[in-house]
Amino acid sequence: MTLEGRIHVAGAGVISAIGNSADETLHSFRNNLSGIGSITLFDSIHRGVLPVGEVKLSNRELAVKLGDKKDVTRTALLGIHAAREAVQNAGVDVTKWRTGLISATTVGGMDKTEEFFNEFISDSKKGRLRNVVNHECGKTTELIADDLGIRGFISTINTACSSSVNAIAFGARLINHGLLDVVIAGGTDALTKFTLNGFNSLMILDQKECRPFDASRSGLNLGEGAGFLVLVSERVRKENNLHTMGYVSGFANTNDAFHQTASSPDGRGSFSAMQKALAMSGLQPADIDYINLHGTGTLNNDLSEGTAVARLFGERYPRLSSTKACTGHTLGASGGIEAVFSIMAIRHQCVFPNLRFENPIPEIGLIPQQQFEAGLKISHVMSNSFGFGGNCSSMIFSKE
Amino acid sequence: MEQLMADLKKQIIEALNLKHLKPEDIGDEQSLFVEGLGLDSIDALELIVLLQQQYNIKMANPQDGPQIFKSVKTMAEYIRANQPV
Amino acid sequence: MFYISRYSRITNRLLVDQGKVIYGKEEGTLDDFLAGAFASLSVAYPKFYKMDHLSQLGFLAMEVLARESQVKQRYAPEQIALILSNAHASMDTDKVYFKSTKTMASPALFVYTLTNIVTGELCIRHGIKGENAFFVFPQFDSKQLCDYVDMVLANEKTQACVAGWVDVIGDQHDVFLYLVEKQNRNNALEHRAEQLQKLYQLKYGTVDGRS
Repeated sequence: MTLEGRIHVAGAGVISAIGNSADETLHSFRNNLSGIGSITLFDSIHRGVLPVGEVKLSNRELAVKLGDKKDVTRTALLGIHAAREAVQNAGVDVTKWRTGLISATTVGGMDKTEEFFNEFISDSKKGRLRNVVNHECGKTTELIADDLGIRGFISTINTACSSSVNAIAFGARLINHGLLDVVIAGGTDALTKFTLNGFNSLMILDQKECRPFDASRSGLNLGEGAGFLVLVSERVRKENNLHTMGYVSGFANTNDAFHQTASSPDGRGSFSAMQKALAMSGLQPADIDYINLHGTGTLNNDLSEGTAVARLFGERYPRLSSTKACTGHTLGASGGIEAVFSIMAIRHQCVFPNLRFENPIPEIGLIPQQQFEAGLKISHVMSNSFGFGGNCSSMIFSKE
Repeated sequence: MEQLMADLKKQIIEALNLKHLKPEDIGDEQSLFVEGLGLDSIDALELIVLLQQQYNIKMANPQDGPQIFKSVKTMAEYIRANQPV
Repeated sequence: MFYISRYSRITNRLLVDQGKVIYGKEEGTLDDFLAGAFASLSVAYPKFYKMDHLSQLGFLAMEVLARESQVKQRYAPEQIALILSNAHASMDTDKVYFKSTKTMASPALFVYTLTNIVTGELCIRHGIKGENAFFVFPQFDSKQLCDYVDMVLANEKTQACVAGWVDVIGDQHDVFLYLVEKQNRNNALEHRAEQLQKLYQLKYGTVDGRS
């Protein structure tokens, strides 16, 4: 596919363990802060054992802050919070244009369902039904759309941990094919017992704070949050005289075709996704100034992704880091959150720290960025997101 | 040991849905992973669950899996050495 | 315009290739039907038994489609995309997984609580490496599916796409897969939403013709 006109990024909003807005996030990055800590949001046998990256606002605080949001699931609250920020700073009237919302989530309203569940299981007449009506993933998107007043096209994508990047790519396509003028795209996921226990059964959760791309890494920390971009067509940009933050210059999605959950050792799927995204953007590997890695901190992902990066970029690889050391792995939201980070890197000409890195993975030797660094020339940023099911996505954002 | 290995073969087939195999198809020292039965990392996790449920053995580090799950024999030896009395 | 060159269907415990019932088993459980259909294809792929029902259904419909269309022989792995959709996501397996958590959570079942694992399974089996996605719609949505597949095919690297519907909840199952290509090969059907709806709604009798 070739992009007909530029797909501009007019707004960005994010909420994660390291901040409730893009500004707060930048402040955390500047100070190399981590948002990883103990579980406080729900009861779990893993409390105090498995560290997580929680958003530092309770459901009640979020509901009050957003106004009139009682009984809304945490996933939707986080999504509304980030999407509102994105729309507000875009300065586009979403009711004026053909506007869509593409949102990714993997847990949907699971957090409220878990509140309903225990009572219901013991007695099928018990449990507040209000807690399950928003369970399905699509309902999360509808709640966000209602809040933003979007009446046009809405869709929900779930391709595991690459979901949000695919949502943004879908949005870019809808604009590229002239079907929509404005698309709010990204994703949201709340921490839940379901994901915590499930990932724990896969034995890939680190009991310490995660160390992506470090030789000693031994798993990921789960996180939560939401990240959305406002994509606009060339026409919308011109008519509104917008100062946009960057544009989508390339993206690709491939399948690793190796295993249901594990990445192939040589990272063939991730290699091909990065390569095809570059091809769409018309850029060479040397043009990329920063890579926001998928970098979960598991033995398998980082070795596989690192091998693919080393193969594609060679010895003169760009600055790269996994921000999951700060936020934890936010699953379906991670691609949206990291797309916002990528846009921030372009906007503020900076790169973000890969915390807790000490020694490179011996097989690949990649050394990530360890400190926040500003005053750089950042024109093209690549963001990687890979999901279970072999789903590999890579997206490139460029400076206007 | 023989009995334990025979039990293990049945349990492995059941736990991993190896419906195309009978216990006698699995050799005591046959490799369980890649080149042998072709089991993968998720199967290894199911074997860890099997050890805990059937033999009350808690394996803390999945990185030990490849050593312990080399064959039915190495699994049996590990169970013998680690089963709570 | 793109072209539908082949389709397969699983409905009412019948496995259908291009409108022709090639296997059916009414009696017994859904498991019995799935195992019987698998055996009827004479494929050596032990991993089939490890899959959840959603993946097994996708596997069977895809197997027929891939074999009869020769799609893998005609295109490079990167040129083939896979776009699926359903209504019940992974709910069928979520329930089984939940049961396992009462004793000890099963990692093998947890894996299948992600809906798009079925796309991964099909890519692994057929070495497909093109773009893939999974959508959840309230019911079979020929319009959205058709539009999205058209967009995927607008990418010059993608030459063919397997798309459709793979849904299961308990005993209820409903599968419709089709192959759409850029190239118009011998009397292929046009890739339009109405055409998809028509193919999806075709009714089938049993394997020996009795309804």
